Parts: sequence; structure tokens; C-alpha cells
Amino acid sequence: MVTSIIILSIIGLVSATLLYVISRKFHVEEDPRIDEIEAVLPGANCGGCGFAGCRNFAEQCAKATSLDNLLCPVGGNAVMQKIAPIVGMEAVEQAPRIAVVRCNGSCENRPRTSHYEGAHSCAVEAALYSGESNCNYGCLGEGDCAAACDFGGITMDPVTRLPIVDPNICIACGSCVKACPRNIIELRKRQEPRVYVACNNRDKGIIARKVCSVACIGCGKCAKSCPNGAIAITDNLAYIDDTLCLSCQACVEGCPTHAIHVVCETEKEKVSTNEKESAIC
Amino acid sequence: MLKTFRIGGIHPNEHKLTAHCPVTPVAVPRQVAIMLNQHIGAPANCIVKKGDTVKVGTLIAEAGGFVSANIHSPVSGTVSKVDKAANAFGQYGTTIIIDTEGDEWEESIDRSPELKEEITLTSQEIIKKIAEAGIVGLGGATFPTHVKLMPPKEFKPTVLIVNATECEPYLTDDHALMLESPDQILVGCRILMKAINVEQAYIGIENNKPDAIALLQQHATRYPGITIVPLRTRYPQGGEKQLIDAILHKQVANGALPVSTGAIVQNVGTAFAVYEAVQKNKPLVDRVVTVTGDHIAKPGNYRIRLGMSMHELIDMAGGLPDDCAKVILGGPMMGKAVSNIDSPISKGCSGIVILDEKHAHRGTIEPCIRCGKCVSACPMGLEPFLLAKLSQNHLFDRAERELITSCLECGCCSYSCPSNRPILDYIRVGKNAVNRIIRSRKQS
Repeated sequence: MVTSIIILSIIGLVSATLLYVISRKFHVEEDPRIDEIEAVLPGANCGGCGFAGCRNFAEQCAKATSLDNLLCPVGGNAVMQKIAPIVGMEAVEQAPRIAVVRCNGSCENRPRTSHYEGAHSCAVEAALYSGESNCNYGCLGEGDCAAACDFGGITMDPVTRLPIVDPNICIACGSCVKACPRNIIELRKRQEPRVYVACNNRDKGIIARKVCSVACIGCGKCAKSCPNGAIAITDNLAYIDDTLCLSCQACVEGCPTHAIHVVCETEKEKVSTNEKESAIC
Repeated sequence: MLKTFRIGGIHPNEHKLTAHCPVTPVAVPRQVAIMLNQHIGAPANCIVKKGDTVKVGTLIAEAGGFVSANIHSPVSGTVSKVDKAANAFGQYGTTIIIDTEGDEWEESIDRSPELKEEITLTSQEIIKKIAEAGIVGLGGATFPTHVKLMPPKEFKPTVLIVNATECEPYLTDDHALMLESPDQILVGCRILMKAINVEQAYIGIENNKPDAIALLQQHATRYPGITIVPLRTRYPQGGEKQLIDAILHKQVANGALPVSTGAIVQNVGTAFAVYEAVQKNKPLVDRVVTVTGDHIAKPGNYRIRLGMSMHELIDMAGGLPDDCAKVILGGPMMGKAVSNIDSPISKGCSGIVILDEKHAHRGTIEPCIRCGKCVSACPMGLEPFLLAKLSQNHLFDRAERELITSCLECGCCSYSCPSNRPILDYIRVGKNAVNRIIRSRKQS
């Protein structure tokens, strides 16, 4: 009994000394600001900032020479204002962004030609074929984006089978953008109102129109009507540059397929002046 | 005890409904659509334009790279347009559409039925002729045949293996072809042997085709160096690596080319096409397609011109039955469900399987019970349940270490799963992602 206590005590003592010596010898000097910054961060570890979690973002902030390109999308400008004094730099006010779904292929607008029965994943479906409609670019409706959102900001509309982004929750972390196998979701500036082309179809107009009645056919009318040159047509698809868009809505009226959407957040319900109503599948 | 491969495999219900249907020629379709990307590798480059007149066998698209194949017109007539059109899976690609007028063949093509046994060409000339004829692997993989006959210099082929296993359920096109033209196939084998300079060839046939085994054995006595090997029926015996294992008892190392074992594998349909190309100057313009299903009126093995609409062929076989729930291009194991039935039939289409409501649907997905059936069924010795989970969770580096790229997508795992889990669906996504990662790593 006594010997056991003595032996254990000796082992404990030797180990403690060893640990102390090693921790002194191999001590890594770490910037104390990293801990401070991490304490300010929301701790969501969503990766929306482009770095591997909040700790990594804090390290980048401590190392950076300017905060211009660093933004925690969850905390937004408020958190960046708190980080700025810690690192002794000015935080640049950045425009808030939101995820935008660039497809309006509801069942009525884009008739389904087959019934998909495989694993419920857009990635799986996209690897197999064009999807239930014949559109090779449109939303597949299996909800990979909704599953990828850490904040529950995306729900799948049971009627249209398209994702709906909740503007009150979305912090533009970009998880859904990465999850979508067809690159339909895009982060855009939170303009008032937001004007965007709700289509991602790069096929020729005649093919695009055949598979979906609200597809962008790349006619270029919108590009001509834009007073600020914000709209460009590449691969038969119009794209509105949100850094140039003035939200004047000059492009909206002329669009022959009603592919340009206008969304106002200030009004309680999602208001769209140019969107076709959708029927149940 | 008959030979078979050593690891994994399953034996699904064979359903060879059309096993005794002879090859039936089908009338020339009124219009054909020829896709430029109907083989593995770079798409062919179109060399005709709207309004051009073509004959059967006229070159209409040239190989677009080293791994690519020529495409010839399967009908005579006028090119009505060159435009984008949807394939069987709704994906758009450039397609040449030809309106048929009469049935006029290129003069160089020998259409006489006589067997021409004598092989006068040298190895190089044979390979050149096969490349010109646009022949691709007709088992379904559509890998250009001439590329396969020119292995990298460090490998010396020692034996030719001809895949006549037809391990997929339902399909019987190779079976019907063997019964119809055994001599042509055997001469085709001799040509392939000469092309790769080997003296030994094995034709592997599964023992569910005893008539084909007997017939070929009887004819093979006249052709030196060709041995018929009966194999125990087991899926996926037609996989290149599985067939080499079954016949030569050699395993292909992970990531290595099958030719590293000294064997070059060709499909029996390809051997027939090679015979026609080399001896009769006939490019690949037609093939045998099995149209089958439990409730179809006239199932059979049809010799069709490539580019014929799938819908037209099904109509010829009695039309879609009322309870049709799914149309599969290829066999039920590796084939894919079709979403656009008006698409043309391409070089790699070995069969059209029409499933009824009872057989078409998948069961409800239940949780994995860790029974390990997928592991014992996997012919590559992988752990399918793990690979599926890893790709579902985007753990691609781990999936790469677990050799996800070795998966041949045979579907044994999904077939054997008692919980109906879509194992292969997820593995396919993971495999694509890992291959993309490997490619970008090589580039950087």
C-alpha cells in the first residue's frame, strides 16, 4: 500500500517536472490579439469569410496590414468595427450581401418531363442527367443549398420546388453557393430594390425557351435599355453587374420572357412587378 | 469448376428474354441524328454542312484528338442541319441531322456476304483502318478501339481477350451476333491478334450461353491460337479487370492500365466491327441493339443504323407498353434511365430495356445496418458504404485514400443493399469530384 503511494507520487512528480520543462522549452509565442479577436467573433465557424473557421479568421486579421478584404459575414460591419481597435486599423464599411437564386423554373414555367427517383441530392441528380425538366442549367429542387445553410436561411418551396432565401436570416456566408452543383445561387449586394436576372440558362434562346417559358433568351433588349451599362450578355445569358446597377428598373419592362426580377425588402411580402405566378406541381 | 473472377460479384436474375431471337435487320429510318460526342474522349469535328449530300459510309465528322473517333454517315441523303440537340439524358450536344433518300453506299464498301478470311494487311495498316472506320468499344464504354490497340511503349501485349460474357441481365445482342456470324467474329479476332502481334486469344463466354460456346468452339478449330473459355455466369464479369482475372488469373494493380498484365480486352461486337472494317471496308454505321422488357410486344435483337431515333425502334418492337415506367439505355445494372426518348441511338447503345411499374421503382431508403453485403459484393474489393458516406460528407481526400477512383460503377453495392441505399449514386459524385481534384493537382 505505502510503496504503491510512493511509486505513484514519484511518477506524478517526474511527469509534472517533465511537462513543465517541455512547456517552457517549446513555448510558442502567440499574438494575444488573436484570442481577443476570436472572443469578438460570433463563433459560427461557417467558413463564409473564406478561411477555415473563426480562429483562422482571427489569425488572418491579426496578420493583415489592412482590413479591406476581410469581412465576417455573420457579424457583419458591427463585428468588424469591434475588431478594428484591437488590431489598430480602420474597418471599411462593406455593403451587405444576400444569396440570390437565379432560377424561376417552377413547375408551370418549366414543365417536368421525367420523374427522378434517385438519392435526394442535387449533386447526384446533376451527375446523372439534365434533371426532371430538360433545362441543363436550372434548379434541380432537391435542396442541397437548404441542407448546406448552417443558419436555416433557405427553405424549399413545396409548391414551386425552388429554394427561398429568408432575407432576415441570410448572412451571405456562401455555403449555398458552393453547394449548388449548377451555380445558380449568387451573392449580390442588398440593393433596394434588388434587380437580377432569374435565369442561368446559357443555351441558345430557341432551346432555352423550349424548356422554360421564363428563361433568358439572350436577346439583349435589357442591355440596350440600361442607362449605366450594367448589363452584359455572355453565352446567351444576361447578367446584371450589381456594382453598376442603379436599381432604376429600366430593363424590367422590356424583357420578353419576364426573366428579370425585382425584389423589395422593405415591403413586408416579397414583391415582384414582373414575375409570373407559379402553380402547384 | 468453371473459371470466374475472384473478388465479389453478384448473380442477378438473368431475364434473357431475347436469347433465341435472331438478329433482325430494321428498315432504314427516314431521318437520322448523329451526335458528335458519342465516344469517350474529344468530340469529333463536323466536316459537312447543311445541304451536303452523303452516302452510307461517307465521313461526316473527323476525330477531334488522339482519344477520339471518326463518324460516318449511316444513311444516304442530305444533311438537313447541324445543330444542338438533346441526348437521351437531356444534355445538349452538336448533332448532324440527315434526311434519308434511297440507300446508296460508298463504292469502296464490299457488301457481299462472302466470308473473307485472308488477312493481307500489316499491323500498322490494320490499326490505321480501324481508326479510319471510327470503331469504338461496342460493349458500352465506347473507348476508341485504335487507341486501345496502341498501348504505351513500356507495355508489351502478350494475349488478346475477347469479351463475349454479356454479363448484364436482359441484354442478348452479343449472344445473337455470335450465333449469326461466328466466322466473322473469329476472323475479327485474328485481325486484332495481328494488330497487336500476339499469338494467343481467349474468347470468354458465360455458361448461360451454351449454344454460343458450342458453336464458337466448333468454328474456332479452324483458327489457330483462339481458345474459347466458358466462364461461370457472374456479374460484372464483362468488366475489363474482372475478365482478365477470370481468364488469366492475374489482377490489375490499382491505378495501372489493364495492359500491364499483358492482356488487351476487346468486346465481341467490336471484333465483328473490326472484321467488317478491315476486310469489307465498312465503317461503323450499324450495330445490334437488344430491345427487351417483360411486357413489350416484339422483343428482339435488331440490327439498326446508328442515329435512328430510340422512339422509332421501340415502336418497331411493338411500342411502349401501357405499364411502362422506365426506359433504360444499356443494361439494367450499368445503364441509365432515359429522360428523352426521342434521342438518337449512338455507337455505345447495346440495348434498350423497358421496365414495368413492378420492376422500375427503387425501394424506400432505410438506414445502413452495417451488414457488409456491399463490401462482399464489390468486385474491386472496396468498401462502398464508406465511400458513399465520405462523398456525401465531402471528405474527398479520405475518399481518394480509400481508392474511390477504382470504382467501376457496376452497381453491385446498390443491388445487394438490403436497405435500398443509393450507394452508387453518391460514389459516382465523389468519384467525379476526386477525379477533378486529381486533374487540377496535375495541372498545378
